[in-house]
Amino acid sequence: MDASRANLPPLSLHVPEPRFRPGDEADFSDVEVPPAGSARRPDTAEPAANFHELAYTLVRVLDESGEAVGPWNPRLDPDALRKMLRSMAMVRAFDERMFRAQRQGKTSFYMKSTGEEAVSVAATMALASDDMCFPSYRQQGILITRGYPLVTMMNQIYSNKGDPLQGRQLPIMYSAKDHGFFSISGNLATQYPQAVGWAMASAAKGDTRIAATWCGEGSTAEGDFHSALTFATVYKAPVILNVVNNQWAISSFSGFAGAEATTFAARAVGYGIAGLRVDGNDALAVYAATQWAAERARTNQGPTLIEHFTYRAEGHSTSDDPTAYRSAGEPNAWPLGDPIRRLKDHLIALGEWDEERHAAQDLELAEDVKRAQKEAEKNGILGHGLHQPFETMFEGVFEEMPWHLKEQSEQMIAERKAAGI
Amino acid sequence: MNMIQAINSAMDVMMARDPNVVVMGEDVGYFGGVFRATAGLQAKYGKTRAFDTPITEIGIIGVAIGMGAYGLRPVPEIQFADYIYPALDQLVSEAARLRYRSAADFIAPITVRSPYGGGIFGGQTHSQSPEGIFTHVSGIKTVIPSTPYDAKGLLIAAIEDNDPVLFLEPKRIYNGPFDGHYDRPSKNWSAHPAGEVPEGHYRVELGKAATVRAGEAVTILCYGTMVHVVASTIEELGVDAEIIDLRTLVPLDIEAVEQSVRKTGRCLIVHEATRTGGFGAELSALVQERCFYHLEAPIERVTGFDTPYPHSLEWAYFPGPVRIGEALKKLLKD
Repeated sequence: MDASRANLPPLSLHVPEPRFRPGDEADFSDVEVPPAGSARRPDTAEPAANFHELAYTLVRVLDESGEAVGPWNPRLDPDALRKMLRSMAMVRAFDERMFRAQRQGKTSFYMKSTGEEAVSVAATMALASDDMCFPSYRQQGILITRGYPLVTMMNQIYSNKGDPLQGRQLPIMYSAKDHGFFSISGNLATQYPQAVGWAMASAAKGDTRIAATWCGEGSTAEGDFHSALTFATVYKAPVILNVVNNQWAISSFSGFAGAEATTFAARAVGYGIAGLRVDGNDALAVYAATQWAAERARTNQGPTLIEHFTYRAEGHSTSDDPTAYRSAGEPNAWPLGDPIRRLKDHLIALGEWDEERHAAQDLELAEDVKRAQKEAEKNGILGHGLHQPFETMFEGVFEEMPWHLKEQSEQMIAERKAAGI
Repeated sequence: MNMIQAINSAMDVMMARDPNVVVMGEDVGYFGGVFRATAGLQAKYGKTRAFDTPITEIGIIGVAIGMGAYGLRPVPEIQFADYIYPALDQLVSEAARLRYRSAADFIAPITVRSPYGGGIFGGQTHSQSPEGIFTHVSGIKTVIPSTPYDAKGLLIAAIEDNDPVLFLEPKRIYNGPFDGHYDRPSKNWSAHPAGEVPEGHYRVELGKAATVRAGEAVTILCYGTMVHVVASTIEELGVDAEIIDLRTLVPLDIEAVEQSVRKTGRCLIVHEATRTGGFGAELSALVQERCFYHLEAPIERVTGFDTPYPHSLEWAYFPGPVRIGEALKKLLKD
């Protein structure tokens, strides 16, 4: 050690640690939850420099008694609210069924979005149907909200002969251009600059469509996130950059993405992008923020980053066991509650819904999903013979198949024939 | 035209023909590129067609993929191939696989231009030849011209192609062909027949090699700068070699390779890139598999050494006339 520094204490490395581990009692009472209605709603043309405060608070509409309050109340009519509730409940019913299908060995893999249904469903409802979404793997609510057939989603999950992606992709990595849903990649955050590029193209062509993208808070650490925000701000791209802060990136709590020091919405400030931090379990807040950001983008005021503060209520995937790294009590202790229950309570408070109808709807949705599942399983489940023809493996690598792939395709067929299979 | 003018002309032609063609990259807009390859395009087509980007290769390629998904036909530039690595994830995991993983729901019709190769005292990060990294990736085409005529025709074909293309430009021969003798005065393209470049639209099809010189004694497979180094060297040595300029590495013109090696019975592979795992290894394996009974000598490779590209020792590293000559001696000794 340098003698001149001998009187200084040794440096210490800070390694973040989540507050609760298995066996601990979860207590989120110190999570700051500002009252619903307290955040101001700026004009959509306001300069990005004015968003400091909004990047550190929470935009909230639904209060504890289920009332919609404050300047962000989108004042949706009861039909729209019921549609929102229904789509969110459908996402949950779909997730439940597909999770079980994986446990039954019908597919290799599944990822639920339990507790995060508002983030995808309400946001999608605030977009135009031809705005392009660049989702991560936990926004199945976009497809469900846009009416993509459940059977087709399941065909993809089962990699069966009805799978539009021909069994090439891991389950849930959907692609649906005609529903404004960009092909999902396993590589995190890559869709972020792509969404910005799509938005730039739309602007360069004088189009009126905008792009929206989603990533988890963990993925904000990727270089793609920084590149995307830089491009978005430089070209004032008409894009909505959603960060779904569900507190967990597999087993790493949000502190490993930088959450101990700041919010994710605050990242926007340094880039000169409007940043909003939103109660992600408040479907009306998500809707209102997205609608605001869409208007900002559509009027050439540039991008918005929205942090959706929420909680990943279940495991990361069917391959994950969250009880191995976090307190089992966390999902219930989470102060922002459940997005479906909160929207339901709001509709009931309005006198536009009741528990009986809700229970009946849940039954009906479960039946719909079950029916779709039966239909999809007619096309096969993973590993049961009803897959795409073998030679399709070689198609679509390039637009036209080059000689070396033709040779390899013939080789595969010959090998199988020689082996008598 | 020299090769830079030919490349510039290809983009000019395509931007005039197709309003969806856009060029982008670091310094490509107002300034016209550090090698002048995009000079005049912004003035002619406007800032939304030819624009400068932030210094982020991830962003340049990621944004280009998004623009391609929208329906544009982006031609992003990576200033030096040595700086393509930050974009590797976007190229390998995204551009190359988008068609496959989405069953053609989305495609990435992008052409990534990048100056590559050594021979210019570029040291470690202005000399690399990373083509072997990309030829290993399914779903991406790799194209390397060796003349102004080919550069323009291949670049037009690449921009028109619906698959992602990596278009590597041998910067050593931007201004003139290079015979490998660094101590002699440099030549320019005006004295070379392939420096004659038509003004308008024409294509040099991807996936087709060119026989630069017909010969009987040995087949030499090469591309980029090495085509000229090889041609000059065999003239000096008086070797009746058949020189195949591959032009496209993926998909490879296997017929041209097979036909030639079956005729000559000997094969030399020359590239600037490092040896181990380089594209030469793939070429050697293909020749061995497909021409085994016609081979009269082991296949030889003259490549860059398995070291980072050195600055002061460049001419010992570079696969120039001395190294090619020694390999030919070995190949032709009986």
